[in-house]
Amino acid sequence: MNILELKNVSMIYGQVKALYDVSLSVEQGEWLAIMGPSGSGKTTMMNIIGCMDRPTNGSVILDGEELSRLSPAELTAIRRDKIGLIFQQFHLISYLTALENVMVAQYYHSMIDEGEALLAMERVGLKERAKHLPRQLSGGEQQRVCIARALINYPRLILADEPTGNLDETNEHIVMEILRKLHNGGSTIIVVTHDPEVAVEADRTVFLEHGRISNVVRKNDVPDAVKAKDMQLSSAR
Amino acid sequence: MFMKMLVSSLIRRRSRMLAALCAIAIGATVLLGMAAISYDIPRQMGREFRSYGANMVLVASGEDALLKLEDSDRAAEVIPEKSLVGMTPYRYEIVRINMQGYTAAGTDFDQARRTSPYWNVSGAWPKEENDILIGSDIAEFTRLAPGSAINITGRASDGARFRRDMTVSGIVRTGSVEDEFIFMRLDTLDALMGNSGVAEVVEVSIAADEDELNALAAAISNHAPGVSPRLVKRVTQSETTVLSKLQSLVFLVSLIVLVLTMICVATTMMTVVMERRKEIGLKKAIGADNRSIAAEFLGEGMLLGVMGGILGTVLGYFFAQAVSMNVFGRGVILDWRLMPATVLVSVAVTVAACLWPVKRAADVEPALVLRGE
Repeated sequence: MNILELKNVSMIYGQVKALYDVSLSVEQGEWLAIMGPSGSGKTTMMNIIGCMDRPTNGSVILDGEELSRLSPAELTAIRRDKIGLIFQQFHLISYLTALENVMVAQYYHSMIDEGEALLAMERVGLKERAKHLPRQLSGGEQQRVCIARALINYPRLILADEPTGNLDETNEHIVMEILRKLHNGGSTIIVVTHDPEVAVEADRTVFLEHGRISNVVRKNDVPDAVKAKDMQLSSAR
Repeated sequence: MFMKMLVSSLIRRRSRMLAALCAIAIGATVLLGMAAISYDIPRQMGREFRSYGANMVLVASGEDALLKLEDSDRAAEVIPEKSLVGMTPYRYEIVRINMQGYTAAGTDFDQARRTSPYWNVSGAWPKEENDILIGSDIAEFTRLAPGSAINITGRASDGARFRRDMTVSGIVRTGSVEDEFIFMRLDTLDALMGNSGVAEVVEVSIAADEDELNALAAAISNHAPGVSPRLVKRVTQSETTVLSKLQSLVFLVSLIVLVLTMICVATTMMTVVMERRKEIGLKKAIGADNRSIAAEFLGEGMLLGVMGGILGTVLGYFFAQAVSMNVFGRGVILDWRLMPATVLVSVAVTVAACLWPVKRAADVEPALVLRGE
């Protein structure tokens, strides 16, 4: 069953075709990676899938709901209820503690539950650091708080933008392990990344070039080593 | 969570918020100070205005030419003691000095000093029974000076002639009709004329505005039917004009202060919004709607307004006292209702100043968090 479907989606700014006639389906529980060089349309695609923008043409169906004709307020409600966002730059609120940053997502969704927020912190291994401010946390810890915040409302889709882009190797492994567990638990994950080591974990990798899908590689199609090398080549192009 | 976010935002980003808080507190200080002074001006200025002279005269009602002093005493019962500055009777009779006729005015000099503080007396005010003040025009004409002895003659009420030696204790100069009068004690004039208990007019100086004076005049007419009270329009209207202009000036200053406070708060809040665009974008990205964002910023504004208002109210009290002591020489009486009113106005001004920044905040796109701006 498809949780997300893009049909002939285009995003055109004046003369610039940021995304052009893209069609893509994502199954429930699938891990999809989106790769491509800068300017290939990755961010535009993330904005559209993340309900932060509406396409110029085409239709987007998320969890059975057509998004392209919804108002900004309706898109906010979809984003709040169905999508968990993980950012490359973490984007934690500087004046709130790690726990409060997680609770903010609860607050906007429905009502706060400190016990549940603490459980989410525990899932990312940061229960002991719950009362710390973001500036008192390392980059990896901040990203794990960001992940806890994304998971707190049980989203239908987890959307991650370069989740390991600002992390060292150790923290990259920790974050990837969390994502792996989420995937194994049945979560649907879409990751935008430059990193072939991250993309190699995905069930399927979509390559974007000049706003179009140029290539699709499935995890089961080729061995990981070959696939990673192929990805590096595609990414370099 | 809402309050936690507001309080954390204010406490943990204190430098920016202190700037806004200072602006609001200063605005509230000046506002309360000005309001307190404006509210107290009539009381403060009421006494000052009494240097203009009497603002009410009592004359006999009906056809009577002379006012009975027992009637004027009855009229005085209506006037609040704290408002009554002075009440001076004047009895006018014709007397002669060296065969030349002059108007003699019998009066109560202690009261005259209160109702006519503008009298410029060279020499001394009369103390003894036979001491007199003469107007400057008479002094010039007769070449009399303080200390001069004169002989005053005339006819009493029963037609009998009288003669008395008197001493000029001082010369009065007002630039008005008083310069042509001879002033003596009322009991002295009564003794010369052979009757007492009457006066042509009683001048009254009351610390009150025009409306209060009109109300008092009506009350006097009711309470003392033999008295006809009349307002000295020249004085009462001047006072009203000056008071209203002074209050308008204070109102304008307060208005300007409020506008400046609004501009300052709006600028600070706009800076805050610009600094927090990423945070606003993030909140929207994780599900905050425009109403939540607006509520957070307006909540911060209201909290700042309350804190600034309370701080300004305390400082404003001392500001009003300092201004009042310097300008009027006495402290201000603060109407306690001005305190909550100042806090409310501070909140209203702060919220109004936040409206435009809040609109800008609501316009922030959630997508900017993905663009890494």
